[in-house]
Amino acid sequence: MSPEKLVYMANQIGRFFAHQPEEKAVANTADHLVKFWDPRMRKAILGYVDAGGQGLQPLVLKAVLTLKLNVDSVQARTI
Amino acid sequence: MSLISEIDFGTPVSDAETTVTVTIDGFAVTVPEGTSIMRAAMEAGIQVPKLCATDSVNAFGSCRLCLVEIEGRAGTPASCTTPAGDGMVVKTQTGRLKKLRRDVMELYISDHPLDCLTCAANGDCELQDMAGAVGLREVRYGQEGANHFDAAKDQSNPYFTFDPAKCIVCSRCVRACEEVQGTFALTIDGRGFASHVAAGMDEPFLASECVSCGACVQACPTATLIEKSVIEIGQPEHSVVTTCAYCGVGCSFKAEMRGEEVVRMVPYKDGAANHGHSCVKGRFAWGYTNHRDRILKPMIRERISDPWREVSWDEAVGRVASEFKRIQATRGRSSIGAITSSRCTNEETYLVQKLVRAVFGNNNTDTCARVCHSPTGYGLSKTFGTSAGTQNFDSVDDADVILVIGANPTDAHPVFASRMKKRLREGAKLIVIDPRRTDLVRSAHIKADYHLPLLPGTNVAMLNALAHVVVTEGLVNEKFVRDQCDGDAFADWAAFVARPENSPEAASHFTGVPAETIRAAARLYATGGNAAIYYGLGVTEHSQGTTTVMAIANLAMATGNIGREGVGVNPLRGQNNVQGACDMGSFPHELPGYRHISDEIVRGLFEKDWGVHLDAEPGLRIPNMLDAALDGSFQGLYVQGEDIVQSDPDSKHVIAGLQAMECVVVQDLFLNETSNYAHVFLPGSTFLEKDGTFTNAERRINRVRKVMAPKGGMADWEITLAIAKAMGVPMHYSHPSEIMDEIARLTPSFSGVNYAKLDALGSVQWPCNDAAPEGTPTMHIGKFVRGKGNFLITEFVPTDEKIGPRFPLLLTTGRILSQYNVGAQTRRTGNATWHGEDLLEIHPHDAEERGLHDGSWVRLESRSGATSLRAHITDRVAPGIVYTTFHHPDTQANVVTSDYSDWATNCPEYKVTAVQVAPSNGPTAWQTEYQAHSHESRRIAHPAPLPAAE
Repeated sequence: MSPEKLVYMANQIGRFFAHQPEEKAVANTADHLVKFWDPRMRKAILGYVDAGGQGLQPLVLKAVLTLKLNVDSVQARTI
Repeated sequence: MSLISEIDFGTPVSDAETTVTVTIDGFAVTVPEGTSIMRAAMEAGIQVPKLCATDSVNAFGSCRLCLVEIEGRAGTPASCTTPAGDGMVVKTQTGRLKKLRRDVMELYISDHPLDCLTCAANGDCELQDMAGAVGLREVRYGQEGANHFDAAKDQSNPYFTFDPAKCIVCSRCVRACEEVQGTFALTIDGRGFASHVAAGMDEPFLASECVSCGACVQACPTATLIEKSVIEIGQPEHSVVTTCAYCGVGCSFKAEMRGEEVVRMVPYKDGAANHGHSCVKGRFAWGYTNHRDRILKPMIRERISDPWREVSWDEAVGRVASEFKRIQATRGRSSIGAITSSRCTNEETYLVQKLVRAVFGNNNTDTCARVCHSPTGYGLSKTFGTSAGTQNFDSVDDADVILVIGANPTDAHPVFASRMKKRLREGAKLIVIDPRRTDLVRSAHIKADYHLPLLPGTNVAMLNALAHVVVTEGLVNEKFVRDQCDGDAFADWAAFVARPENSPEAASHFTGVPAETIRAAARLYATGGNAAIYYGLGVTEHSQGTTTVMAIANLAMATGNIGREGVGVNPLRGQNNVQGACDMGSFPHELPGYRHISDEIVRGLFEKDWGVHLDAEPGLRIPNMLDAALDGSFQGLYVQGEDIVQSDPDSKHVIAGLQAMECVVVQDLFLNETSNYAHVFLPGSTFLEKDGTFTNAERRINRVRKVMAPKGGMADWEITLAIAKAMGVPMHYSHPSEIMDEIARLTPSFSGVNYAKLDALGSVQWPCNDAAPEGTPTMHIGKFVRGKGNFLITEFVPTDEKIGPRFPLLLTTGRILSQYNVGAQTRRTGNATWHGEDLLEIHPHDAEERGLHDGSWVRLESRSGATSLRAHITDRVAPGIVYTTFHHPDTQANVVTSDYSDWATNCPEYKVTAVQVAPSNGPTAWQTEYQAHSHESRRIAHPAPLPAAE
């Protein structure tokens, strides 16, 4: 999936929660990604973050990084 | 089976709470005050002869056939216009009455053709019946005098004829057009003997403003207005009550049959959604069901460039199973998925998502709600706690203020619109928020108190501004908020909307609507009594679709307009079963009943019932499936009853995704645009060919009943079962009722639903469970489903789809009355008479600047693509805005729409596309190439005939 599209979508989500205190906004953004994004999309955006994560809003970047644990656990379950 | 004949009580029911008791022909009858004597008599089983009265319209008192005698009163009053009074003693049959009625009938018949044996209404003619009822034996006047026998028949309408020679000028058609439909297309023109029914300006029906709803035909007591299908076939001999397969209103119809042939579809009076009314689609546009284009045999092909090859069901289903298994073996379990259909039944939709979860072993299931009302599900669940509208349609009768935003109900939900217009004529106030001047803004006897013609893409700014007025002008219903909503959330929200950037003055900069108009509309909504919001895809199909739904919910909560009749938040659903498709777990993240797939307890229930392990991770949404196809991780798709190439945004992207897949399976009635890229075609069945249920926009579960065998050999639910079996996981159901039993077993809001109950009650609205065994017409009474109503901050974020020098106009897309969605059904009916092609509406100013003429070809271009179509110059759209529909594949309007989508749900932003419009000579090169490809893709190779025996 195109990283640009994933970044755009993630930033859109983050923008909705941006008015909240940062900790809550990060948690809600991450929660949305976990609940509505297919694992391969989460994996792709994590890969993009590992490669620099250009274009992600700061709170979204933090939210994506919290996915790391979740993706690992999904992989563990599906392997 | 027999022909269902509903009782005609002659006049409408009275809703008075006090009663009166009247004695009619010796029988005491107690009825609500205001009930006519005619109706009271019928309640007692006594039929007073009548011609001009029918219970769908108010009494008129013109035919003088329903005369009665009342003890203590002089004369012979008409029973239809005389209310029953307490203690009244009435006689419906006396010597004087008999003579009067016979005389009246003599006069009628003296100017009526006596061709009963060859008349299409023979056997279903009230004039004939009344002649019999009054004992007419002779017509002393003969038929040689002045008459109307030579009046020309109007056959212009594709579905019914108007024969003035048979008209008795009872005005039932005129009144039905006014009172039931609200179009006012008919009138009685002329006086005395020259009186006649006139459509429009005394012109052919087709040329008039008649919308062909059929109310006049239904009301006509003779053969004056009669269906062409009845003329052609004859009278039906049995009927079955079923549910229309068009829009989300979910009208109940009697399918009136002769053998396996449909004679006509007649709206069912006891249908709780439509109360006996219909629109041109449900009433007449069913000819597609036996259209020659129907594909009735399964077909396969190796490559999408090959012609189709007809095969047996076993071979086709076997191909699906082997391909899907092969793809999963090489690409992984998550490499295939399905799209459920909002046109199919709940039971069929449930089975497809079950196939995906239990057989495919993933959650890659999605549905067309993705591109229409997915923001409704998300937005209302976060604010109210449930993903559905709050009211039933009847609730509009109690509304004092109606706010319609982003919806065009007279075109897209016409039967409900008639109901709404009736309430507006009774005096309810109307606010319309829409970029276009829809018919609701101004039409016969309807005028919006406020029309807020905002720029597309600014809904959130508008709703925040309305809320700003409510909060800053002290119009909040504080008791409601205090008792039923989350106080902290409200305080945060109130502070947010009170900010200057959310004021009407600030919003007018974005919306283009004057601040004072916004303020006045807000005051009316907040203080006008019961205020109800109705919305459609003009709300959801935006990058802030979900935010807009939340803002609507906020506004309703702040003013206390939730939890009783006459108020509420009412999403007008697009397709017939889009509510049901969502309820049934079609989305990739949730199981039936809107429960997230990650919930271990819920997942455990399904695992135990289905005997399989379920994946706890959400699957791909439709646009994600297409993206994943392009990167190779998604290669197999089963599409039941959707045409994503025509309906989904950015057609070129959709096509690229489908072309990248190894196996696309389309199950539909016709070869469609999506099947151009398919490898297997499975012939689907129409709503007439199967049993099941649809759930309409008011959460009403209605029965769909089979009236003929599936023409392709299998109902859609049976096809899904065959695929499951071929993939090695058989499911065992012998009838859709058993599927509903499973749904009820596993879904708390459906736990009280079963076919026996639906047959007994007609329909129920979910939640239907132990707490509400007969369903729930109004939700959130006294308490929100989630507990406390949740206010959410709805910051306005302008769309990234910007106009500029290259693309200076904003395109918004929508629907038209006579066509439905991608037009696969309605284009194959007489409805094409009204709308044979998509047109581009453009304001005269914009047209003049570009040198365009009405009807001339124009090129419509965006950053995504270009198409050509003809222009319709109209001030219905504002300068700077253009509008079109997406009903025709020749246009492929979605080649123009963008890839932008809603932040929460990926619902596409159909309603805002920056475009340029320029003169054109005809279709674009892409259109021409696409049509050529489409033609090639639909070739069916038939085996060469065997040589003749020598």
